Amino acid sequence: MKAPALTAKAMNAVSCHICGLLVSNNYIAAHSAHCPRCDARLHSRKPNSLNRTFALLIAAAVLYVPANVYPILTLISFGQATTNTIIGGVIELAKAGQWTIAIIVFVASVFVPIFKIIALLLLVVSVRLKKTRALKHRSVLYRFTEFVGRWSMIDIFMISILIALVKLQSLATVTAGPGAIAFAAVVIVTMFAAMTFDPRLIWDVSGDEYDGDE
Amino acid sequence: MDAGYTDDLHACPECDLVHSVSEIENGEQGRCIRCDALLFVRHRNSLDRALAFAITGLLFFILANMFPLLVFELDGQSQSNRLIDGAIAFLDEGYWELGLVVFVSSVVAPLMVLVVLISLLLPMRFNIVPTNVKAQVRLLTHLRPWAMSEIFILGIIVAFVKLSDFADVSVGLSMIAFVLMVGAMVMAYMSLDDRAIWQRLKEITK
Repeated sequence: MKAPALTAKAMNAVSCHICGLLVSNNYIAAHSAHCPRCDARLHSRKPNSLNRTFALLIAAAVLYVPANVYPILTLISFGQATTNTIIGGVIELAKAGQWTIAIIVFVASVFVPIFKIIALLLLVVSVRLKKTRALKHRSVLYRFTEFVGRWSMIDIFMISILIALVKLQSLATVTAGPGAIAFAAVVIVTMFAAMTFDPRLIWDVSGDEYDGDE
Repeated sequence: MDAGYTDDLHACPECDLVHSVSEIENGEQGRCIRCDALLFVRHRNSLDRALAFAITGLLFFILANMFPLLVFELDGQSQSNRLIDGAIAFLDEGYWELGLVVFVSSVVAPLMVLVVLISLLLPMRFNIVPTNVKAQVRLLTHLRPWAMSEIFILGIIVAFVKLSDFADVSVGLSMIAFVLMVGAMVMAYMSLDDRAIWQRLKEITK
């Protein structure tokens, strides 16, 4: 392509966030703010992105506490009750020698939620402060954060399977704990936080042209 | 472009930089020159492949719901679970929020993804414009993150490992169907090129 390339914004146009059609602002002014191809509402940047993401991150951080303090499940086997928190479940797997599974659960349930909250916080703050460094790295960080977020649901699915499967009256039963609700809420709220963040904002500080240098 | 819209230019969905799209060939990917985001992929027979995988996925989804996923045995007693039982179990325990989350992410969203793919692509295969085509494309985009079947598989594996410590656990018939369903769904997504849908529609309505 011939340099310098322009952003859609600089071309006085909006790219549809659903189907990618490039629509000029003149068209929007003359017709409607909906995409002529897929009918989605058009906006140059996700509306109120930083405030929404920030608010959702605060909610996630608050929910993170009960998610880890309260038990997520209780196993009653031969009259003996074992109660697990999220981290307790990981430790139990490790003690049983199931290292691979323990690591998977640790990454999905402990590392990923914290990582997501910190990464998105960093992105929001750096955009707000109009930082111009490491633009591409921050783009990659966002992409990765958006991709890994859903995988934290492993523990919730695991609990749903255990409580459905282990209900042999006197022998063994598994019940869910209140920590599970808080944990699922953390996962879903952080997913929304990643969705409301607009990565285009990262690049808006670098101007509307691009000639090959960062 | 002054007062209209165009498909010959494509703005990066992650950094807004505009690229021209004409030179991409089958099997190639287009990435943003500035932030390296994936812009588009071209596949030969994109829509036909996606349709074939979606139909395959739907058939396996039906099978995955008919038989047990896991069978749990302890002291001569046994218990098995189907795909839907996880959501029901949460509901029974009074955790309806979790029941809803599990129901949507493991049953409703994956099923809807497959159904919408078929109801979009099958009519187009026979040169018919699908009903509410715009709404269906938008729905597909919004459903995508909430269909978590591939994550559910890992949940099953973790549950399996946890239980095998103190009981006999075996894989049920539906487990195989479920894994194949996830494989087909991933392949359907990988072969689907969004732009091909719009191009095909243009050809049909011409």
